[in-house]
Amino acid sequence: MSVLATSRNRWGEYLLGKLFFFCAFISVITTVTVIAILAVETFGFFQEVSVSEFLFGTEWRPLLHPKAYGILPLLAGTMLIVVGSSLVALPIGLACAVYLSEYASEKARNIIKPVLEVLAGIPTVVYGYFALTFVTPVIRGMFESTQVFNAASAAIVVGIMVLPMVASLCDDALRSVPASLREGAYSLGATSFEVSARIVLPAALSGIFAAFVLAVSRAIGETMAVTLAAGATPNLTLNPLESIQTMTAYIVQVSLGDTPSGTLTYKTLFAVASLLFGITLLMNLLANHVMRKYQEVYE
Amino acid sequence: MTLANDNPANQQAAAAARLKRRHLVSWAFEKACLTLTLSAVVVLGILLWQVFSDGIHWLDLQFLQSFPSRFVEKAGVKSALYGTLWLVSLTALISLPIGVLGAIYLEEYAPTSRLTRIIEINIANLAGVPSIVYGILGLAIFVRFMGLERSVLAGAMTMSLLILPVIVISAKEAIRAVPSSIRLAAFAVGATQWQVVRAHVLPEALPGILTGVILALSRAIGETAPLIMIGALTYVAFIPEGPMDEFTALPIQIFNWTSRPQAEFHELAAAGIIVLLAVLLTMNAVAVYIRYRGTRR
Repeated sequence: MSVLATSRNRWGEYLLGKLFFFCAFISVITTVTVIAILAVETFGFFQEVSVSEFLFGTEWRPLLHPKAYGILPLLAGTMLIVVGSSLVALPIGLACAVYLSEYASEKARNIIKPVLEVLAGIPTVVYGYFALTFVTPVIRGMFESTQVFNAASAAIVVGIMVLPMVASLCDDALRSVPASLREGAYSLGATSFEVSARIVLPAALSGIFAAFVLAVSRAIGETMAVTLAAGATPNLTLNPLESIQTMTAYIVQVSLGDTPSGTLTYKTLFAVASLLFGITLLMNLLANHVMRKYQEVYE
Repeated sequence: MTLANDNPANQQAAAAARLKRRHLVSWAFEKACLTLTLSAVVVLGILLWQVFSDGIHWLDLQFLQSFPSRFVEKAGVKSALYGTLWLVSLTALISLPIGVLGAIYLEEYAPTSRLTRIIEINIANLAGVPSIVYGILGLAIFVRFMGLERSVLAGAMTMSLLILPVIVISAKEAIRAVPSSIRLAAFAVGATQWQVVRAHVLPEALPGILTGVILALSRAIGETAPLIMIGALTYVAFIPEGPMDEFTALPIQIFNWTSRPQAEFHELAAAGIIVLLAVLLTMNAVAVYIRYRGTRR
């Protein structure tokens, strides 16, 4: 467009252009502000707590005496949710995508797509309610030792929550594989399973991988369902039937109380949030990188 | 074994068996995919049934017209409903112009430069930042640094930052869908850049932009974590009268009721969820209608 636009010599046009640029630039300001705030407060936190205690300490007890600031229990809690929700969302999401792109008739697609969109649009607090009032009682019916707040219930609903995203991103990836590849395989006598598993899935692998990474990143950042269903007990455990606390749930727990700024407790918010932000940002960058770099390009 | 395979009849039988097995595997695979897909539909059904069977008998005019209360029979969502309406209106006022103008810049004005690429990548990454991080940002900047306290305005500004990437991305798509022949024709008869955008690109892209904005706003309506971060209250017995008033919102009220141990409050939460879903459904219906009118033309 810029070749054609001769608007630079009109000052009204010029100012409008600058205004529009500023609106777009707000996103960069946002990112810089987030990073600056997290960095400053986290730096303040590390003035009082050593980095090694934070990263390798096995106890997280910032609100009770004796205080301890080891992030590992919160990380372990978050990882339990990630693993559990991935077990639900990745296989089912991929199966949905395969069904939608390889098998579904136009009619079936027109039913399933909206259902997935509704699932994706339901607020996370509703999933928290669902976990507490439906999933937890079901799990407790199966395993007597299950605590009222437990990682399994939260992980399952987080899985349901990210499933539509996995399905829709994988669907896009599968559909971008050209029909000629499928037709070539079919003409050699391959069955539909062989076409899906040996031709289409490998060709779409980068997109599927990116979808999985984004799903994990979403699960790490998920807050309300985890706060409501998984509990508030920093707990270094691998048992999904126990009460745990994730990084996000800790942030909510502290902000529900009134924490004056400047206190060490206030700074823990930012230290935990920095870690959360860092991990999710890396995963998002990885997903975008994989999608751009390894995407198969077809004519 | 080798002897058996030399026999043509045996070979044929083996090939037929192999083919049968391959088709069986293929059939099983298709059915497995279908079953897993249907399980998602079933889960949605269970979720909705659970919410409606729990909450529907609490849903009446009294529920909509009452403030929250310790007593289940007297409790309602009046302040939460008004708080949500305030929040979403202010959020729309802030995020709509910024998001749309930003998208116009990126699609119509931006040179292909390093800075443009940085802005684009940055917006894509912002869309993936957990909402609670926006809450932290809102707490530090709007609530504490700018001294907006726990006001609707602080909430709306936080929400605006949260949904801006979504608005920009969808508005960009809508603008990109406008055929460039329209722009070229306008430029050819001497229109300036802004005239092209205002008179041709925006009207053409408007249905798509509005659809995206409404969907982004419905995301803001359901968000809970950032509001808790900036200190939206759980017990509010008044309606906000200005942007500087304290407030609560529907998802906060639902969170509060759900986190109580008593089953009656869970049922209230379910009733609150029905109200929330009704609001969301209305907004989505409007979005679908606008998209439909836009494509019909």
